[in-house]
Amino acid sequence: MAANMKVKERVAKKQTLCGALMLIEALKAENVKVIFGYPGGAVLPIYDKLYESGVFHVLTRHEQGAIHAAEGYARISGKPGVVIATSGPGATNIVTGLTDAMMDSIPLVVFTGQVASSVIGSDAFQEADVLGITMPITKHSYQVRDIHELPKIIKEAFHIATTGRPGPVLIDIPKDMAVAEAEFDYEQDVQLPGYQPTTKPNHLQIRKLVEAVSQAKRPVILAGAGVLHANAHEQLKQYAEQQNIPVIHTLLGLGGFPADHPLFLGMAGMHGTYTANMALYECDLLINVGARFDDRVTGNLAHFAPKATVAHIDIDPAEIGKNVPTKIPIVGDAKEALIQLIEQNGKRPDVSEWLNKLNEWKREYPLMYKREPGVLKPQRLIEMIHEYTNGEAVVTTDVGQHQMWVAQYYKFKQPHRWVTSGGLGTMGFGLPAAIGAQLAQPEATVVSIVGDGGFQMTLQELSVIQELNLPIKIVIVNNQALGMVRQWQEIFYEKRYSHSLIPNQPDFVRLAEAYGMKAMRATTEEEAEYVLKEAFATNAPVLLDFHVCPGENVYPMVAPGKGLHEMVGVKW
Amino acid sequence: MVKRIITMTVNNRPGVLNRITGLFTKRHYNIESITVGHTEAEGISRMTFVVNVDDERIAEQITKQLNKQIDVLKVVDITDQAIIVRELALIKVAVTPATRGEIYTLIEPFRAAIVDVARDSLVVQVTGEPEKIDALIDLLKPYGLKEVARTGTTAFPRGSQRASSTNKSLFII
Ligand SMILES: Cc1ncc(C[n+]2csc(CCOP(=O)(O)OP(=O)(O)O)c2C)c(N)n1
Ligand SMILES: [Mg+2]
Repeated sequence: MAANMKVKERVAKKQTLCGALMLIEALKAENVKVIFGYPGGAVLPIYDKLYESGVFHVLTRHEQGAIHAAEGYARISGKPGVVIATSGPGATNIVTGLTDAMMDSIPLVVFTGQVASSVIGSDAFQEADVLGITMPITKHSYQVRDIHELPKIIKEAFHIATTGRPGPVLIDIPKDMAVAEAEFDYEQDVQLPGYQPTTKPNHLQIRKLVEAVSQAKRPVILAGAGVLHANAHEQLKQYAEQQNIPVIHTLLGLGGFPADHPLFLGMAGMHGTYTANMALYECDLLINVGARFDDRVTGNLAHFAPKATVAHIDIDPAEIGKNVPTKIPIVGDAKEALIQLIEQNGKRPDVSEWLNKLNEWKREYPLMYKREPGVLKPQRLIEMIHEYTNGEAVVTTDVGQHQMWVAQYYKFKQPHRWVTSGGLGTMGFGLPAAIGAQLAQPEATVVSIVGDGGFQMTLQELSVIQELNLPIKIVIVNNQALGMVRQWQEIFYEKRYSHSLIPNQPDFVRLAEAYGMKAMRATTEEEAEYVLKEAFATNAPVLLDFHVCPGENVYPMVAPGKGLHEMVGVKW
Repeated sequence: MVKRIITMTVNNRPGVLNRITGLFTKRHYNIESITVGHTEAEGISRMTFVVNVDDERIAEQITKQLNKQIDVLKVVDITDQAIIVRELALIKVAVTPATRGEIYTLIEPFRAAIVDVARDSLVVQVTGEPEKIDALIDLLKPYGLKEVARTGTTAFPRGSQRASSTNKSLFII
């Protein structure tokens, strides 16, 4: 039976197919479980073939929703997200998502329709130079010019998107290519002489690092999303414990190391913990594993890790030495590098004094906020959500203050539960990302925590959540403001709140109800307790509108241009 | 500012040049010249860039970023190797019957050629290192330059590298 199937498959793979069917067969061969898209003129031939293909296609209500959903899917499943959009406006609507995926190294394969080959370049109806527009925001891109090449292109696209440093790959398909026919051969090997990512770290550099660790007095690990992409969370823990080195996370790395581990110091950067930032300032050996020294993490580079020897493990050689001079460069996969380091089982550094200091800081300068009777503090709200989900939910956020509060107060214990827009900081990301996250893990509790501002950038996707009955819990941290903008205006622009206060937001509860969704509002801690309990007992989508204390700010904070040691709002 | 000469081989695919120059724009690198042409291998082109960079770190970044492009096969910063550097220029210079002979003598040591002659102008063709071309242009300037077209630098490592040369070139494969 199985052998029979194999033969059948072979035969199927040698068939002559039109472009649209090639695409569908390739998706099946790549084991793609779901695609996100939106139809239009240039992709009609593809949609026609999708009609009875058995491919699970989610019709989002905006192409931006489709690509963010695909990003959420990729983040949680570890598999590439797949998107289809039509030419012109469909394609330009995915530009933000492509940039977002490029910045945060999310594997996507994106198909865009294009006007027919014969009219490309004539400013035809719904023609846009999608290749030109997206070149700087994709890992690679293709335009199909010869139907015989399509199988090879799709195969390469999946390979490029998911290997090395992951990223988005775009395939632009002129309408005539979707109907043109050729032999479909998907068995061929990918041959890309110009693309050979180094995954095996250089042994000499590993030895150098082992030596440096053994000599270190104040070592620290900064772990980024590279750990998650490489599925190296186990090895990270093992290595940190073996060598007794404390761990700090970047925003995107959260969950790579358990937040309740005694060696965990919290998140670094602009809204990182005092201990994490001071550890980066004081350390004598900084081991970066899969982080790219983003400016939100480093603060002013002139003051960054001034006393440290820097080692950097990264799959992308271009990230090493880009922002921070690096003494020990290790190009390779984070998991392979950590395995090698563990195997070296080098001499444990003497860090007792260092750990004492760090623990003292942790005790002395924890994250803090003031609870007040009668008002709902956003930080408290996140803590309550953490309690209700036992810190195990899949959490997506939008961008702004609420995002930082989630990063600070939702103590992720496990990897691959955290979906947020880091590098680009894309408002409108959180809600559609939750759709993809839930589809990637249908059994998981998914909470989408969004601001009242960003929610309105992609709220049309409520429709999809309701239609598919995805039991996502949507939490609006409603501060009647573009809170993060308001905070900066308060601090850096003399409280001149230019276009950041929105006191008359719509009634989000009734809005959700218009979509047929259950919704509730809470304005105090007591009400919050009640609605959260009710929501998490419901196996259906629920939208919760939390009216939180509007003037609350995110602290501590490293002001732009300052060093990590110059935090404000550390103590009352 | 230091000048670096970077050569690379690329797949000769539509949009490759766009990809590369786009990268330079995106990363704020300062290109002085680019030349592109076929190589001995079918489907593969060679590009030569001259870029101005603030320091070695940026030079290294450029080669690394270029290398990330899927269609880029190999990038080498050949600045510090023993290399042959050449540029071609066409220079249209104004002449009078009185200056014509003078110009002929003047260009001789440059091994330049007169490739077009008109009543009141000459076109001089010269190849060599960019500095040599600069020098010739300077000399011709007083006669009145009507038009100058330069190809930009193309370069090659020499067949044998001097043993003692400070070979700091960055091979990243
Ligand atoms: C698409 C987009 N536009 C603008 C910004 C700039 N921005 C960053 S945070 C923020 C405020 C977000 O407000 P809200 O969604 O209510 O979240 P809050 O900060 O109040 O939690 C803005 C406007 C952005 N990040 N993304
Ligand atoms: Mg808000």
